[in-house]
Amino acid sequence: MTPTLIWILVALVAIGLYLSWTAGRLDRLHARIDAARAALDAQLLRRASVTQELATSGVLDPAASIVLYEAAHAARQAEEEQREVAESELSQALRAVFAEAPQVEGVREAPGGEEAARELAEAVRRVPMARRFHNDAVGAARRLREHRKVRWFKLAGHAPFPMAFEMDDEPPAALVDRAA
Amino acid sequence: MRIGIVCPYSWDVPGGVQFHIRDLAEYFIRLGHEVSVLAPADDDTPLPPYVVSAGRAVPVPYNGSVARLNFGFLSAARVRRWLHDGEFDVIHIHEPTSPSLGLLACWAASGPIVATFHTSNPRSRAMIAAYAILQAALEKISARIAVSEYARRTLVEHLGGDAVVIPNGVDVDYFARAEPKPEWQGETIGFIGRIDEPRKGLPVLMKALPKILAERPNARLLVAGRGDEEEAVETLPKELRSRVEFLGMISDEDKARFLRSIDLYIAPNTGGESFGIILVEAMSAGAPVLASDLPAFAQVLDQGAAGELFTNEDADTLAEAAVRLLGDPVRLKQLSRQGSAHVRRFDWSTVGADILSVYETVTAGAAAVATDERTGLRARFGLARD
Repeated sequence: MTPTLIWILVALVAIGLYLSWTAGRLDRLHARIDAARAALDAQLLRRASVTQELATSGVLDPAASIVLYEAAHAARQAEEEQREVAESELSQALRAVFAEAPQVEGVREAPGGEEAARELAEAVRRVPMARRFHNDAVGAARRLREHRKVRWFKLAGHAPFPMAFEMDDEPPAALVDRAA
Repeated sequence: MRIGIVCPYSWDVPGGVQFHIRDLAEYFIRLGHEVSVLAPADDDTPLPPYVVSAGRAVPVPYNGSVARLNFGFLSAARVRRWLHDGEFDVIHIHEPTSPSLGLLACWAASGPIVATFHTSNPRSRAMIAAYAILQAALEKISARIAVSEYARRTLVEHLGGDAVVIPNGVDVDYFARAEPKPEWQGETIGFIGRIDEPRKGLPVLMKALPKILAERPNARLLVAGRGDEEEAVETLPKELRSRVEFLGMISDEDKARFLRSIDLYIAPNTGGESFGIILVEAMSAGAPVLASDLPAFAQVLDQGAAGELFTNEDADTLAEAAVRLLGDPVRLKQLSRQGSAHVRRFDWSTVGADILSVYETVTAGAAAVATDERTGLRARFGLARD
């Protein structure tokens, strides 16, 4: 009788420890998602700011300036639900304006343009990076959360189900071309 | 920025990953960052000032061959002490899936962790068994880097998740400025790699060689790399053996001069390559490249635009392409020019800046790296005092 009881107790403690460990793992993943999302927001904001600066600097022709300004403004002001669409539209606007290498050259030649072009190139390169890191963390958390042990024992608590950030983040080719 | 880099393989054994880490560390130090590299090394080997020894690696049979790995209590303690003393803003683990320092560091650290996946190993049986443990450690990595699109694909298939692609770096100007050596010039074909490692593909080249030498009576083959030279030429007719020259292991400086001197570099590798740094080095030196069409090679050569490709393991197409190229100086010049332009994207100035961008992306708003204090039992039951 007693040995059986002891074994049941041991098993229960082991299960408890395992669940606690899993909850810790999940907690760490959620923290990672938060950090990755903050980094992604920072990069998106940076890209929109640099674009807006360029649009208002008078370096570009008026039509291009308006297109960029509109898109950057919309991206910065977008509500959470429209954010992905607005940021994608900014990517498309940037691609349309900087489709050709001479356009980028034009910016570089303007006073202070070298700096602005470098900043923009850096921003459009980092957005896809930050987004990939974010979605990678989201994927890992989702895989763990869909597991039975997490669902049955409600190990995720009240944390919202993590969502990937989906957008078109293809950078303008002329801006990130390194062969030159 | 304070950067900690974890090297999984012995510092005293030359290898691609070690060279990559050395160049990366030195690049960051030149930019004024503080860098510490944790690497397995014998306690009496001389190390550069930025390398910290994690103790001797132990040879154990792993994944079909004997690997030198670090594990166990002592190594784990050294990893923890290094993490604790370093106070890094970010740690960069290379090859985190090998059961060595990389995995230990992943296990022991918390905070911004960047990991580079160099090889594209098929998933080993041990890894499947250890999947749960491995997954828990790999989940801590905030940013994954794959060295090629091909390596990224295998990573995604085997471990899930995603990675950014940042190629391995090369000091392009070091190769571009090397002085050619006259005795290595004059219709020479170059090969660098272990002679006795069949995956480096020397046997394929040896099979193609009689055809090449028959069409190009003045051509010579120069082979740099260690291994049994007698055995390598065994399949070759006796009268042709004098036209193969073995240089043995060559120094970094001689490697650059070698690549500057030759007329055509041939990379007949048959597999096991996830990047192909040697092709980048050859292009840096302006050597026209002819390589087997492995996915990794095709990508490095821009799908054949920066160097020619032949069907993998097919000695006939290799011979045909080599003969055609050696007889066409205009095409060789063109390849050399295109290679030199294409290779700029692999220069450390570009690659290093990209890796730094990754560091900055993951450290933005995150706390520094710390040792991962496992939650004690008391804390788990809410009994610990803060």
